[in-house]
Amino acid sequence: MIDSASLLAVLPELILTAGGLILMLVAAFGGDGTVRLVNTLSVLTLIVAGVALSCSLAHGPDAFDGLVRADAFSVYAKALIYAAAAAAILLAPRFFSTDSALRPEYPILILFAAIGMGMMVSAGDMLTLYVGLEMNSLASYVLASFMRQDGRSSEAGLKYFVLGSLASGILLYGISLLYGFTGSTAFDGIAVALGDGVGKGELFGLVFVLAGLAFKISAVPFHMWTPDVYEGAPTPVTTFFASAPKVAAMGLTVRVAIEALGPAGLDWQQIVIFVALASILFGAVAAIGQTNIKRLMAYSSINNVGFALIGLAAGTPAGVAATMSYMAIYVVMTIGAFACILQMRDADGKPVETIASLAGLSQSRKGLAAGFAVFMFSMAGIPPLFGFWAKFLVFDAAVASGLTALAAFGIAASVIGAFYYLKIIKTIYFDEPTGAYEAKGGAVENVILTACAVVIVLGYLLNPVLDQASAAAAASLF
Amino acid sequence: MDGFPILSLMMAVPMAGAIACLFVGANSARWIALIATLVDFVLGMALWANFDQSGGGAQWQFQEYAPIFGKFAWALGIDGIALMLIALTVFLMPICIGASWNAIEKRVGEYMAAFLFMEVLMIGVFTAQDLYLFYIMFEAGLIPMYLIIGIWGGADRIYASYKFFLYTLFGSVLMLIAMMWMVHEAGTTEIPVLMAYNFDPHVQTWLFLAFFASFAVKMPMWPVHTWLPDAHVQAPTAGSVILAGVLLKMGGYGFIRFSLPMFPEASAQLAPLVWGLSMVAVVYTSLVALVQSDMKKLIAYSSVAHMAIVTVGLFAFNQAGIEGAMMVMLGHGLVAGALFLCVGVIYDRLHTREIARYGGLSINMPRYAMLFLFFTMASVGLPGTSNFVGEFLALMGIYQASTWVALVCTTGIILGAAYMLYLYRRICYGEQVNADAAAMPDLSGREIWLLAPIAAVVLWMGVYPESFLKPMRPDILALEARLAPAAPAGDSKIKMGAPKPAGEAHEEAHHEEAPAHGEAH
Repeated sequence: MIDSASLLAVLPELILTAGGLILMLVAAFGGDGTVRLVNTLSVLTLIVAGVALSCSLAHGPDAFDGLVRADAFSVYAKALIYAAAAAAILLAPRFFSTDSALRPEYPILILFAAIGMGMMVSAGDMLTLYVGLEMNSLASYVLASFMRQDGRSSEAGLKYFVLGSLASGILLYGISLLYGFTGSTAFDGIAVALGDGVGKGELFGLVFVLAGLAFKISAVPFHMWTPDVYEGAPTPVTTFFASAPKVAAMGLTVRVAIEALGPAGLDWQQIVIFVALASILFGAVAAIGQTNIKRLMAYSSINNVGFALIGLAAGTPAGVAATMSYMAIYVVMTIGAFACILQMRDADGKPVETIASLAGLSQSRKGLAAGFAVFMFSMAGIPPLFGFWAKFLVFDAAVASGLTALAAFGIAASVIGAFYYLKIIKTIYFDEPTGAYEAKGGAVENVILTACAVVIVLGYLLNPVLDQASAAAAASLF
Repeated sequence: MDGFPILSLMMAVPMAGAIACLFVGANSARWIALIATLVDFVLGMALWANFDQSGGGAQWQFQEYAPIFGKFAWALGIDGIALMLIALTVFLMPICIGASWNAIEKRVGEYMAAFLFMEVLMIGVFTAQDLYLFYIMFEAGLIPMYLIIGIWGGADRIYASYKFFLYTLFGSVLMLIAMMWMVHEAGTTEIPVLMAYNFDPHVQTWLFLAFFASFAVKMPMWPVHTWLPDAHVQAPTAGSVILAGVLLKMGGYGFIRFSLPMFPEASAQLAPLVWGLSMVAVVYTSLVALVQSDMKKLIAYSSVAHMAIVTVGLFAFNQAGIEGAMMVMLGHGLVAGALFLCVGVIYDRLHTREIARYGGLSINMPRYAMLFLFFTMASVGLPGTSNFVGEFLALMGIYQASTWVALVCTTGIILGAAYMLYLYRRICYGEQVNADAAAMPDLSGREIWLLAPIAAVVLWMGVYPESFLKPMRPDILALEARLAPAAPAGDSKIKMGAPKPAGEAHEEAHHEEAPAHGEAH
């Protein structure tokens, strides 16, 4: 039976669904000329859905008999997802303007992806989880190949699709094993069944589920798709991939690990520790030789996921709160960094992606160079920038739960990562200018870049708020 | 000055200056930087004047506390040790700005901003009373220094900047993990509380090593000193001055503020390690300095040798040693800074650091030769200059702890005289073999104004060191008391003869001597 409280708890999803469907009709009947309108309305829809989150929180936490959870955790993650999705829509028009490839489907697909991501983070049942995941994935496959004329974009979409389906299959297999051995698809049902000892079959199911989720957060050893997809997809889409779905997949992983697999904590902790360390190391080492900035950002995202997972490895409320804070800060850094990358255009306005082309940027575009420097130093985890605090929180949680060796190893590996971020700063600040860049950036990019930079520089003042929100989000899982 | 946030103000002034410098032209940036640093100097002197030196007052003064960062707080406060290092910082900063006045021609605004930001962080390091705030300030210094070396440095600047950054970052990150562990154990981030907290001696060893990794790199101690010569050689003159003058002192400050009081048992246990590394450093780097053909590299190696005297003094575990270490830090900050300025003066004229390209400068640059001689002598540790006081006290302190270490480290003074006088001879005396060097004009007014104040303070410190020792003494005594239970027994059996009634003194002396004899045999 559907009651009104359940409907109010999923109000943000309802708003997004209605908005997405109406806008699709607008686009279908209005044609490509409605791009600007659809773009604006999509952002508005996201904002309205964001406002509706408070309503969803008031009628939570359980909706539809536990299929959906509208708790502080999901609201926290959704707020991040909607913000990142809105940024990805706002950043698009200028990028696509050169060959007028922007079509109204772009914002609509992002809206649908946002619905899927919302379902992912608020899933209370393996089936809701899977539906949400696929909804997001299908929209993402199309988005990756959005520039139909571009070979790389199509290739990215295809690769993403093939590998993504494989991962979905692995995940589904894991879910079926868990269902078979525990007799439930609901998270709490699985947790109850795991509470009286973890059997072999359940362990298999757990491993497959985690493997499928590791693919979605692009953690080593399931990261292979990331560099190709990030490089091939149009840059605004890469911005989107690097931010919103990362939060969603990470939120989902955390929720499954804590709510469903919590009693098997000791079993998945080893897996998470391995995946975290492997991601940190691989993300750092493999990024060193990259010459394409988008590819570098892909490895950087693998690296960052590793750090975020350290909070989960701790398995404590503080650890989960640290992971969520990490994702919040990471999203701001990533969107800021991509707002910089989107401004990398040569004198004719054509987008360029090589790191070498950034040489001497600090002499031609001071503001943009400073923006790059802020985000790169922040990603490298150098205080006083906010990226340091993200790393600080996860390591602090690890130390608090006795994983001192993991923390020491992880932080030592972060020095390797610092090297390639430094390389970009070196190119921008130390090298002599080679080619000319477009003289002026886009207004939207600049606003987003400035906003992100301000957060990254002055972020410590937000600490009390962020700590409180993350702690509340984490507390709702335990 | 009760309740007035003077420490925050001292950080706000250069911060505001730094932001302003980014948006104005070259000449305005120079003036803004000079005025901001001079204002900070005045504030620093006001701080000194208002600091209660009687020893009866609170140990921590000018405290500020604002819990605005969630897990840590904006907590500031200074003791005498921090006061002296802040005074050194604010004194050297205007000189650095002056030294860069003409030498820096490109991107002046950014350069001045980087320097002012550096000043904010240096003052922050010395004033932070919160463990995490300290770490943030300590670590953030990498960013401006990386940019200073990388943008305005010499030919091989990129390699040097990477090396500087990654070396120091790697050293520090392990310290952060140790800090987290300590905060969870002690339940507070306040440095004064942590300084009195007794950690389990077994864990102390690990914590000490983690902190040691950071401070030893920063100091720098042999064998992790190799970033320093590269960084010094490539950095612009003012960058070298601030690096040698203040940044290296952060390592020593770290030892005195964290390693010694927080882990006294581990410090005592690992003191032989520190002594060993310091002995190697004193002899080895002095010998290396002797064969350098690059002026800056020579002074950089001499810095490593001098900083080894600092570590030896600190790990003597007694008042004389720690006071000496502090005096060497202050004296070396001034003298090494001045020597780099002297190098900068002739580098600006001839654009080479090759010693062989100069010679006989005392003929055409008499004023320069005189000041350079003065700082050379100060570096050697001539009585009457700052370094003599420091080195003498530090070596006296270590003699009480270990005579062998004292013996080996004292050779550093002889070797120091050798390489410094050899350097001086090759630059200022002898034939004027190079025509271009012989044609260089003497010091300009600006350059005299940069060097003369340092010379005056060096003399002051050498003649009346009490002005500098007095504010620090209560804190050093407190530290000595904290270390006393753990301090290793000395092998020198020094006995200060206190005039007491004959019979009693004799009996007591006999009593105390017996176990010492037993140990020696």
